[in-house]
Amino acid sequence: MSTPADRAQYGQNLLEIRGLRVAYGNSRRDAVEVVHGIDLSIRPGERLAVVGESGSGKSVTARAVLGLDTDASLSGSIRLGEHELTTLSRRRMRDIRGARIGLIFQDPLAALNPVMRVGWQIMQPLIIRGTGKREARQRGIDLLGRLGVRDAGARFDDYPHQFSGGMRQRVVIAIAVIAQPELLIADEPTTALDVRVQAQVLQLLDELARERGMAVMLITHDLGIVAGFAERVVVMRNGRVVEHGDVDSIYAAPKAEYTRGLLGAVPRLDSDPDRELATVAPDWDAS
Amino acid sequence: MTGRSEVLLEVDGLVQRYPGTRNAAVDDVSFQIRIGETLGLVGESGCGKSTTARCIAGLTRPTGGTVRLGTRDVLSASRSALKSLRRDMQMVFQDPYSSLNPRMTVADLVGEGLLVHGLRPERRARRDRVVELLDMVGLPASSLERRPRSFSGGQRQRIAIARALAVEPRLLICDEPVSSLDVSVQAQVLNLFKKLRTQLGLSMLFIAHDLAVVRYLCDQVAVMQSGRIVEIGSRDQVYGAPRHHYTRELLAAVPVPDPPVERERMRTFRISEEST
Repeated sequence: MSTPADRAQYGQNLLEIRGLRVAYGNSRRDAVEVVHGIDLSIRPGERLAVVGESGSGKSVTARAVLGLDTDASLSGSIRLGEHELTTLSRRRMRDIRGARIGLIFQDPLAALNPVMRVGWQIMQPLIIRGTGKREARQRGIDLLGRLGVRDAGARFDDYPHQFSGGMRQRVVIAIAVIAQPELLIADEPTTALDVRVQAQVLQLLDELARERGMAVMLITHDLGIVAGFAERVVVMRNGRVVEHGDVDSIYAAPKAEYTRGLLGAVPRLDSDPDRELATVAPDWDAS
Repeated sequence: MTGRSEVLLEVDGLVQRYPGTRNAAVDDVSFQIRIGETLGLVGESGCGKSTTARCIAGLTRPTGGTVRLGTRDVLSASRSALKSLRRDMQMVFQDPYSSLNPRMTVADLVGEGLLVHGLRPERRARRDRVVELLDMVGLPASSLERRPRSFSGGQRQRIAIARALAVEPRLLICDEPVSSLDVSVQAQVLNLFKKLRTQLGLSMLFIAHDLAVVRYLCDQVAVMQSGRIVEIGSRDQVYGAPRHHYTRELLAAVPVPDPPVERERMRTFRISEEST
């Protein structure tokens, strides 16, 4: 239902990854390549899921976009708008993180500083970019309230341990989006949460992304949450993209044998429990 | 699974209270498992499902209640009676990385119970039985002299299952046995559980947080919340016509890997009280 103007704008990719290779290791000789040349793009406001099992390279790809691993050697190209991220200095990269790309990790406890009040942590991305304390505080409280934390004003000065798991993840989301990034990278954001809390957090992320026109790159192993959240899907295995396409066609008619196996391996509430689950041959390779 | 067979495990009024806490971790839990039946115990983290399992297996001593396996009282058993009870109840844990001694070979890990309980005192007979068990869980005989380190998570869980089954237990207690595994590996291990259940007529207590996994494997289902069982019944009843609002809410929160269905579910999902 997009207008022609929308379409023109959407034609331009927000994030464009071309031929990305990622290797870890000290010297060129003993470097181990874990991502073997992948292409991937996200349009402004689009929700893309990168799906895969452990060792697929999905998290490594996200970390490469964010420039988080100093010991990783990258080749290929990662473009965010006008910036080429693979060659950006660490200082410039730091400016991009937080301001233009927000991130959420799996474990909300590890992502928060236990001895710092949550409000102060939420305000940080604004403070370091020169927003006044009073304004940063007000925006932080408003956002935390928007994320469903009751009595956000009073809880703003609490410490992380005073929050439950689900509430902590809301704090982490607040930190990630307060500076209004165009892209949010969420790496297994609900994996550590109970099923009802997971549903709430996903709803919030969905609403927030729509309200702000923020693109989301959701990295997950969970094909269930992808189905409801993503518009487009990239399936990865062993450092390669096995399949990509819009979410409805991938689920309705997966082309790659691996995707089919993965979809058939998930126990579901709406399938016959007496039917055997599909299994993917362990060493089947994408190449 | 007609539900007509003999009762194997009977848990009655089980309570586990820790000093200095207001609410009991396990609060008056009662249920039965019949021979050949698999009971799934589901609930969110902290609901007391693992503590219940540990009380039954004799790994922690409950504050109150009784646990009977067949005709024997588990909680008041003498040391020697406990040894034979432990043979009859074996556990499989969540994390196959920490539940297997890294210094032991597969042959020793799987054969240990046979030795301890004097089932195959002779070395060669023990080895043959271990090979048979490995074959049953889908591992080659060439695994015998290898150590856990050289196996993947799914393979390690197979070793843990073979180890538990070695002593021919009457009840297998599994605490989140597939939740640390990748989807495709999880499917293999779940299929294995199903196969073993039919093949050996196993009775199981299966603890998990994933409602779809429990539905796939269990005949009977108990839903726990804050230390209590809020609903217990057959799989078809609990999933098809849940009586308790908490069960309905849990089921409504489970994502379905079908985009149109899942988008609609996500749009309409609401939690009843602020419980997070």
